[in-house]
Amino acid sequence: MTVSPAPSPGLKAQLLEMHQLARQFGRPVKYMEVCGTHTMAAFRSGLRTLLPESISLLSGPGCPVCVTPADFIDQAVALARLQDVVIVTFGDLLRVPGSRSSLERERAGGAEVRVAYSPLDALAWAAQEPQRRFVFLAIGFETTIPAIAVSVLQAAERRLDNVSFLCALKLMPPALAALLRSPALKLDGLLCPGHVSVMIGPEPYAFLAKSHHLPCVVAGFEPGDMVAGVLMLLRQSCGHRAEVEIQYHRSVKPGGLLRARQLWESVFEPSPSRWRGLGWIPESGLKLRPEFSAWDADRLYPETQVPAAVENPACRCGEVLQALVLPGQCPLFASGCTPEEPQGPCMVSSEGTCAAYYRYGRMASGASAAPERA
Amino acid sequence: MCLAAPAKIIRRSGLTATAETDGVRREVHLGLLPEVQVGDFVLVHAGFAIQRWTQEDLDEYLSLQQELESTL
Repeated sequence: MTVSPAPSPGLKAQLLEMHQLARQFGRPVKYMEVCGTHTMAAFRSGLRTLLPESISLLSGPGCPVCVTPADFIDQAVALARLQDVVIVTFGDLLRVPGSRSSLERERAGGAEVRVAYSPLDALAWAAQEPQRRFVFLAIGFETTIPAIAVSVLQAAERRLDNVSFLCALKLMPPALAALLRSPALKLDGLLCPGHVSVMIGPEPYAFLAKSHHLPCVVAGFEPGDMVAGVLMLLRQSCGHRAEVEIQYHRSVKPGGLLRARQLWESVFEPSPSRWRGLGWIPESGLKLRPEFSAWDADRLYPETQVPAAVENPACRCGEVLQALVLPGQCPLFASGCTPEEPQGPCMVSSEGTCAAYYRYGRMASGASAAPERA
Repeated sequence: MCLAAPAKIIRRSGLTATAETDGVRREVHLGLLPEVQVGDFVLVHAGFAIQRWTQEDLDEYLSLQQELESTL
């Protein structure tokens, strides 16, 4: 259960310091945990109930499934309806509603949709079943991009002509820059994504500290990591500092993983990308370089290209993703929209903010965890 | 979706390795970290090793894991 966890002595000392600093600081602070994995970890562990009441954790746009717009799902659905096409996807995407259908519904109707552990699974299946055409739904942030780049390179090296990639890969720093342009969002610091930063290092967040004067801490995903991360943010706030610090030293190194970035740069080039809630953001996506166009599903199946989708106007996922509203402020939350019958992606993904609030927030006693009703 | 979990490399052939976590074995690709060797601990995401952990890193992870869970 998640309510009232008892911390270890080390954790207790950190929490004590946090509570003291929060009192000294004197005013409420809002920190954004950018990454959906952080959102879920904070709820699941009960961490939110241990924080001082004056510290709010707001969830950011760091859930790839949630920020993928409905027209990507529509195109995937159109692909799934083609003769002999097998869709290969990470499991989270299955139940995301497009404008009229979802991959799960298509699968129930006879389309073949397979869930992969690794993008390399699509290549293995393509090699085993040469008479069928496999399309991998390539969504994800910097954490996942290198794995997909290696898979594209392997498909090209092995001359596998029955596998392709529908790409909606996204880059975090340009999205954070766009997010912070919103005057409605008043933040005091950011808990930066841990595994994205394995790849890019802490350096790309420097503009947040320099230009926006926001403390930044790259944190890990264990409850103790997150407590330490929030404490580091609060120390910066109290000391009127704005720096990029690493809490998650065991995985995040200065400079990131150069080899991974070189691999993805050899396969992809920057492109504008549309984010649910944030709209089009220049240079925030990646598309396949022209030399890999033979593996580009968008080019191979032009008949599946779709116009911009109409999203459910009552669904407020877009604003939830920008931390402008809490899930409880959406009229659909917990009534028309539940994890069993999701209306928007934030309720579908296991890391979506609405799913986290639905599963854990409603039974938490802390004020910061309780969704507010509009 | 950015979940990653530690595993120990127990076998390696070219860039393909077998990694083990709590007795569960799975295939892991080493294309991002070709220097990884048998016996190393790695962080695995989507079937790829994305970081190498030292024994101290693993110990830190294990103790952090127990901080809240052991008392729940």
